[in-house]
Amino acid sequence: MDRFVFLTFDGLSRGAVYAAFALALVLIWRATRIVNFAQGAMAVATAYVGYSVSAATGSYWLGFVVAVLGGLALGAVTERVVMRFVDHSSHLNGVVVALGLVLVIQGVLGMIYGNEFRPAEAPFSRDAFTVGGIALLSRFDLFVFGAVFVVVALLAALFTRTSVGLRMRASAFAPDVSRLLGVNVGGMLTLGWALAAGVGSLAGMLVLPTELGLHPNAMDIVFVSSFTAAVVGGLDSTIGAVAGGLIVGLLLSYVSGYLGATVAPIAVLILLVVVLLGRPGGLFSRSAARAV
Amino acid sequence: MSDRTAARSGSLLEAEQLTVGYGAAPVLRDVGLTVAQGSITAVLGANGAGKTTLLRTLSGLLRPTAGRVVLDGQDLRGVKVEQMVRRGVAHVPEGRGVVTELTVDENLRLGGLWRHDRADAKRALDEVYELFEPLARRRRFPGHQLSGGERQMLALGRALVGRPRLLLLDEPSLGLAPRVTAQIMGLLRTLRDRTGLTVLLVEQNVRSALSVADTGIVMSLGRVVANADAATLRDDEDMRHAYLGF
Repeated sequence: MDRFVFLTFDGLSRGAVYAAFALALVLIWRATRIVNFAQGAMAVATAYVGYSVSAATGSYWLGFVVAVLGGLALGAVTERVVMRFVDHSSHLNGVVVALGLVLVIQGVLGMIYGNEFRPAEAPFSRDAFTVGGIALLSRFDLFVFGAVFVVVALLAALFTRTSVGLRMRASAFAPDVSRLLGVNVGGMLTLGWALAAGVGSLAGMLVLPTELGLHPNAMDIVFVSSFTAAVVGGLDSTIGAVAGGLIVGLLLSYVSGYLGATVAPIAVLILLVVVLLGRPGGLFSRSAARAV
Repeated sequence: MSDRTAARSGSLLEAEQLTVGYGAAPVLRDVGLTVAQGSITAVLGANGAGKTTLLRTLSGLLRPTAGRVVLDGQDLRGVKVEQMVRRGVAHVPEGRGVVTELTVDENLRLGGLWRHDRADAKRALDEVYELFEPLARRRRFPGHQLSGGERQMLALGRALVGRPRLLLLDEPSLGLAPRVTAQIMGLLRTLRDRTGLTVLLVEQNVRSALSVADTGIVMSLGRVVANADAATLRDDEDMRHAYLGF
């Protein structure tokens, strides 16, 4: 029982990060019908920059802010300089370009920072509090929950309560109609990529201290889990992405806790296959299954 | 009717030698038309005559390969689509103009977001709700739950929130019951009379279009083959048989 409680909290804490990262994938998918495979690499790139700033200034939080702002900027630049020029006649084009970006970013990071793992400092203790002998959450876990909660709440408010959010949703759903109504659809796309990459970078800063550390490929496995979370949620649904993230986090935690860590990635892939076979539209989509 | 059109004389929109597409069979070829201020003009013709292409070119969604569009004396070359609404042009596209994922209220607000005069945008929104009672009852409904007629009302209402000078309507009667079509046509006439709105209307439904229009333009295979008073077109049997199919 103690173990189950511990694994549950651990899973929710991981899941929160996957939720944020999946949310970033959903934002871009909704706006462009592209799965941004480069999101992990982009997040690692900004994390390197953030930790460099931290090392140079001695302030973790300055580096943290730089990483998130760097994510916003990198997302905007990626859309303006690369993705805008991708031919949209086939969905595959955007995916291939995104995969190309992964190789470029990981290659450049390897050249600059080297391909060995570097430690990624956590801003708070990762030792779990114990209540009545049961290990629950660490300060860092609480920080993760808080950060993800704030981001999800801010995004939800942006999309449902502001006119910019309304413009962004309209642009994603009906670009031509939106342009006829005076919406700067190109600008909304850039903003969408910036927000998504910013959230991705935040997720990176939250997950890297708990995994192996900084490495050009460090986010690959996180990407797989988060992509699965997004698919479980239906790719189109922001609520689905959050729920999917928590589901995947719990699954990973239970499987690695009870069956061993080596089995965990396989469990994620099995979940992905089961969802795609059984309910390809995702658990949270109302519309019919999409054609991929 | 034509007296009134003459009284508000002056053309709001002119297209000169508009060509869209390339080669031996462009989609539009040398299309010229003049739309008078405060008039209702119907663009008629069979499927594939280029009516929708004409509207999409007038609103800037398509770029002409030759020719130009002039709105109120200003050449629209190089004007972005998203700027057109700021110049007073509202285009209600065919069929799926409603963003079905958004609610009725969100769709309508979207029509006024570009406006700096927030107070008047709000007023215009309230007016649309008064004009279209069924929409007021379904403010929080997502677009995909609306009937065809309600969607058409929503698309039209959303255009009106922007208080346009020129309304480009693509097949407003498509898939609607005759009674609803008649309501919409009547509304266009009322708006024209009350606010001086200029309407360019693409229609398959020739009878209902000519019943409301002042002028008719008949297109065939990308060209304008007739441009006359609506009454003249109604009475021209050869024209009706050759191009309008009734």
